[in-house]
Amino acid sequence: MTLRARTPWLLLLPSIVLLLALFGWPLAQAVVQAFRGGHGLTVGNFSRLFHDPYFLPALRNTILLIVIVVPIQLILAIAMTLLVQARPRFLAGHFYLWCLPLAISELAAGLVWLSVFGNRGYLNSLLIRLGLAHDGVQWLGYRHTWTMLLAVVIAEVWRATSLVFVIVVAGAQLIPRDYDEAAQVFGANPWQRLRHVTLPLLAPSLQVALILRTILALQAFAVAQALTGRDFPLLVGETYQWYSNLQNPAVASAVSLVVLAISLITAALYLRTVRAPEEAR
Amino acid sequence: MTTGLPPIDRRPLRRRRWRAAGVQLACVAVSLFMAVPIALITLAAFSSRDSIDAYPKTLIPRQFSTETLSSFFHATGTFPALGNSVLVGLYTVFWSLLIGAPAGYALARYAFRGKDAYRLFVLLVRALPIVVLSVPLATMFLHLRLDDTVLAVTLVHTVLALPTTVLITAGIFVAVPADLEEAAQVFGCNRRQAAWQVVVPLALPGLAAAAIFTFVLSWNEILGATLVTLGHRTLPAQVLTALGEASTPYRFAGGFALIVPALVFILVMRRYLLNMWGTTLR
Repeated sequence: MTLRARTPWLLLLPSIVLLLALFGWPLAQAVVQAFRGGHGLTVGNFSRLFHDPYFLPALRNTILLIVIVVPIQLILAIAMTLLVQARPRFLAGHFYLWCLPLAISELAAGLVWLSVFGNRGYLNSLLIRLGLAHDGVQWLGYRHTWTMLLAVVIAEVWRATSLVFVIVVAGAQLIPRDYDEAAQVFGANPWQRLRHVTLPLLAPSLQVALILRTILALQAFAVAQALTGRDFPLLVGETYQWYSNLQNPAVASAVSLVVLAISLITAALYLRTVRAPEEAR
Repeated sequence: MTTGLPPIDRRPLRRRRWRAAGVQLACVAVSLFMAVPIALITLAAFSSRDSIDAYPKTLIPRQFSTETLSSFFHATGTFPALGNSVLVGLYTVFWSLLIGAPAGYALARYAFRGKDAYRLFVLLVRALPIVVLSVPLATMFLHLRLDDTVLAVTLVHTVLALPTTVLITAGIFVAVPADLEEAAQVFGCNRRQAAWQVVVPLALPGLAAAAIFTFVLSWNEILGATLVTLGHRTLPAQVLTALGEASTPYRFAGGFALIVPALVFILVMRRYLLNMWGTTLR
């Protein structure tokens, strides 16, 4: 091998070593740990997990959260992108506010919305002052699954729409204006232009945003933890519970493998369905 | 005397105005949605203990008080955790740039076999849920007696940040014209000197952006930090584990303390956000 051909690999080597050591190896370990019992291989950890009263609600909540949050974020982000492209006044100010949550952690977002949805929070105060409620609503009461879901959904939409927004805006800026103008010349109305010109050209960005957001939403846990504790269990929160509070790394690994499986399946689904129209074009 | 001109049709103009007003209204609505919660937690953090407990609360503050924030910062563990967070963030920036930037440079400047495979590998790491790695890493650090150290959290955060650093820095180095590097070589630099003395200075603003981005990633990461530490927690991990027994003022002050760097970060980074996400994610 000549010196020239070796250089890129020398530059890449440290990152490959680190990633393999701290990523490949733990991944293998997670699989081994999840299937290891007292005597050789076992699915005991998984059956223990499935019989845990928190697991199925956690699975259900996680999937519900994704199914509700991701479409809202996508639509909201596209709408925000269209607003940016309409070049409103004070665009810089609006843009700053819309990107703010990008740097806010899940935990902080949960605490922010706790101040709103808490029993003695700002929302209940407002309702009482407006005379809409006598004593406020127990938004986060442990029996009110739906209002807890609502609170978590709003907090997640608030926190993570910015990420989708930034990806979509970046994608929209790469589209030449000519296409839209041509459609305008030929008499397309705004809806037709959005449906047949802008959205198809945004498809790659939307795909990236969809995959990234779904995988990140699967990992959501601190929002719910801050808002409701374990009353609204999520999958990753269960990993945390099993590892930290119940001191059982094997079952914790099993939960994390469930998360991994769901992310792989959804990513594969997205890649198939969103790519298809691109080839048909 | 009447002119032959038809009356002016003002409808298109009016429609345009209505549209602009609608757009502006929608923008304000979205901005309020983003800003009001932040205003509320700021309000809560600067309220006295009594006004946090008051119910129903007033939405217009009566008096400001630093009581809540100061009791948060005087709570056990807050200051060391803050220090750990900053340390871990800085170490993570250092290591991920030291290891990631050369890889990004290689991706940007060389054509070689296996380039696509490497890219795919990096994307794969990025796409996997952190939680899968956190548990085995925590166990591994326990065996290596690295658990509960700043180094352990740094390693976790570095491996999380590395894929992004590689992709972002590749984008930054592509943006530096290769001509300048070749010119430097013509004038007698070798390849390494050309990279150090020409490319790195030109890429510096972008690298700084990547560094701040990495810092925020580390500042916000919770799960990994919580699982691998017990006594040397970062601030978010400290707040998370204290949540169970914490008082309401502690939570609000904690939430506010975690947000403040975000406000500054986005202000500094506004210009780079689009470039970073736009070029690296395709």
